[in-house]
Amino acid sequence: MQSRGPSPRNLLGIEGLRRQEIERLLERGRHYKSIHRHKRLDTLRGRSIVNLFFEPSTRTRTSFEIAAKRLGADAIGIGALGSSLSKGESLVDTLNTLSAMNPDIIIMRHSASGAPHFLARYLSTPMINAGDGRHEHPTQALLDALTILEVKGTLAGLRVAIIGDISHSRVARSNIHLLARFGADIALCGPATTVSTAMTRLARGVSLTYDMREAVRDADVVMMLRVQLERQNVELFPKSEYFRHYGLTLEHVGLAKPDAIVLHPGPINRGREISSEVADSQRSMILSQVENGVAIRMAVLEWVCAE
Amino acid sequence: MRLLIRNGRAIDPASGVDAQRDVLIDRDRIVAIEPRIECPDAEQLEAEGLVVAPGFVDIHVHLREPGIEHAETIESGTRAAAAGGFTAVCCMPNTLPVNDSAQMTSFIVERARRTAAVHVHPIGAISKGSKGERLADIGAMHSEGVVAISDDGIPVMNSGLMRRAMKYAASFGITVIDHCEDLNLSAGGDIHEGIQSMRLGLGGIPGCSEDVMVARDIILAADTRTRVHIAHISTASSIAMVRHAKSLGIPVTSEVTPHHFALTDDRIPGYDSNYKMKPPLRTQRDIAAAVEGLADGTIDCIATDHAPHTGHIKMQEFERCPFGVTGLETALGLSLEHLYHAGIVDLKHLVRLFTSAPCDCLGLERGRLRAGGPADVTLFSTEREWTYDVNDTLSKSKNSPFDGHRFRGGPVATVVSGQIVWTAEGGMLPPSRNGENQPFAVRPAARVSRSGRRGPAQAQGSAE
Repeated sequence: MQSRGPSPRNLLGIEGLRRQEIERLLERGRHYKSIHRHKRLDTLRGRSIVNLFFEPSTRTRTSFEIAAKRLGADAIGIGALGSSLSKGESLVDTLNTLSAMNPDIIIMRHSASGAPHFLARYLSTPMINAGDGRHEHPTQALLDALTILEVKGTLAGLRVAIIGDISHSRVARSNIHLLARFGADIALCGPATTVSTAMTRLARGVSLTYDMREAVRDADVVMMLRVQLERQNVELFPKSEYFRHYGLTLEHVGLAKPDAIVLHPGPINRGREISSEVADSQRSMILSQVENGVAIRMAVLEWVCAE
Repeated sequence: MRLLIRNGRAIDPASGVDAQRDVLIDRDRIVAIEPRIECPDAEQLEAEGLVVAPGFVDIHVHLREPGIEHAETIESGTRAAAAGGFTAVCCMPNTLPVNDSAQMTSFIVERARRTAAVHVHPIGAISKGSKGERLADIGAMHSEGVVAISDDGIPVMNSGLMRRAMKYAASFGITVIDHCEDLNLSAGGDIHEGIQSMRLGLGGIPGCSEDVMVARDIILAADTRTRVHIAHISTASSIAMVRHAKSLGIPVTSEVTPHHFALTDDRIPGYDSNYKMKPPLRTQRDIAAAVEGLADGTIDCIATDHAPHTGHIKMQEFERCPFGVTGLETALGLSLEHLYHAGIVDLKHLVRLFTSAPCDCLGLERGRLRAGGPADVTLFSTEREWTYDVNDTLSKSKNSPFDGHRFRGGPVATVVSGQIVWTAEGGMLPPSRNGENQPFAVRPAARVSRSGRRGPAQAQGSAE
């Protein structure tokens, strides 16, 4: 277990990345998006990738699988249901099993913050964090940045409103680190029980409001978070009145800049955090986010394998 | 059999002595403390350049026996205590089963008599099974030797029960020790609630979860006039409340652990569970308050909250790992570093924090260096340089955040009931047979200088 070769290249979070590394990943993401999607590449031919998903996920996992296939790699999925992961296998035993299998890349999703960091400390295999608890979801922030850049051309000086249960959101954390690094102004908004004032000290240019209208006013980007009741061990707000105060409606979108876009990491809860009218409107970039997800994950897979 | 500790700097905070003294021990008693004692037939322990202090007493440890012997036993835990310079420890009742009855207490006392390297004083539970419902057999446990009661780690939420426990404890003159944590406020928490918990996406334990219970206990202590001891105080607000309560004459005392004045939450590396404990590591502001509290007497003493956990149980997702770190072997080194070398307290005050002060909190007849008293003596150096390596620990567990830490000053020899049980270079020493004057195999002073301590004259000079 203590055996560990030269330090592998991991993608555990946005916070630990340098600005140039993020720029490089976004550039490669754009490159992969420009390549015809039916074209098979052999960048990672012969490499084996383990998709280690301790938490149910459809879109992130599928997105990684497609990305791996398009690069010519062999992806093996180990899901939570029906595997030893659901039978209470400890992380240490998983670690030992993985050491023995010796794959080229591990993609990991786990409900506990820091779980991939724990494994990465002992493994010499490159590790990609596909979401750890309430901590980070780096590929989501990268694909969001790619989506914003396609429309806006830059991140610097943009006003981005992030709305929802911020404290419990790994998507919010990764986006705050990335957007702040590139000079965006970030307004966090949600019920006070879900947005700690400490979040404003995570990075420069982060402000906080409990008023939805104030958050979206003059915004260039409105980023909605999925309301994740399963991550709350106590009630942080009465869910019956959430939409009334923090659901995104066309009226709110009208307060934002005329060319503002709406992002959502999906899957969306229509009528809970976002109205159907907004979700299906021209402003919504939700489907383009999905498409960019595959491209950015190709870039990430390539990056962690680079010597 | 006699033992002469020669040429050391004897410090006894209780009597105010701080001078070069020889200490003569006959069997388990100190028989003389004089500037110069000649006793050629006694075993000689050279202590030039060292502080000769009353045996250190740690009033807050977890020895895990019975029930959790894979993490620690009375034997292994007290060996770690000896290596930390402690000659007596008080063990918390959260074993399996909980120490809530006379039988359990006498089991611990008996095990300690047969296996312990230092004196062991059990602490009994407040409530049956520490469930917070019915009072434990407090009087019966007291008869068997418990020196205080506490539901440490599983604190009493019911204020009515706590009030009754305090009143009842007063019948036997024993102190109630409280681990102050409102479990509803701390629920789901892993580390201190602040920017670091936000950054790491971990559950926060807010400072107020401690403060509300400290406030409650102070109010109940004033109401019942029973002695309450606040365990491991960690927040600036709690310390301020204790200071105020003391100024009002309310019978409240408090302790702080070395890790709470040595580390802050923003120094937790990644998701290392050796930094996970309750109360959690707080902020620089809280450390400043703790140091101030130690200096002005608001915080009475230092206790380790030594909480061993085996490797596999700490090798998990951070949020699933249990709370607690070991601390016996690093307590003196950390205190010298952060309090003495930092210029916060003088040496006599530092010794008091480990000796007479903790004993006074619980009314223990220990922690004094006096002729006629028990021959428990701690010899330490303020200068000896050494590095802590958890692989060398005498505890059965290695969950310390101070692995690899370089120390300036630490324990050199531990004398329990007249026997040298541990030395820095020799480790644990086998007990000499009764009545036989066994030659002491190695001279500690020589060993000390080999292990990197500066010259004796120099060390003594800087210690004054």
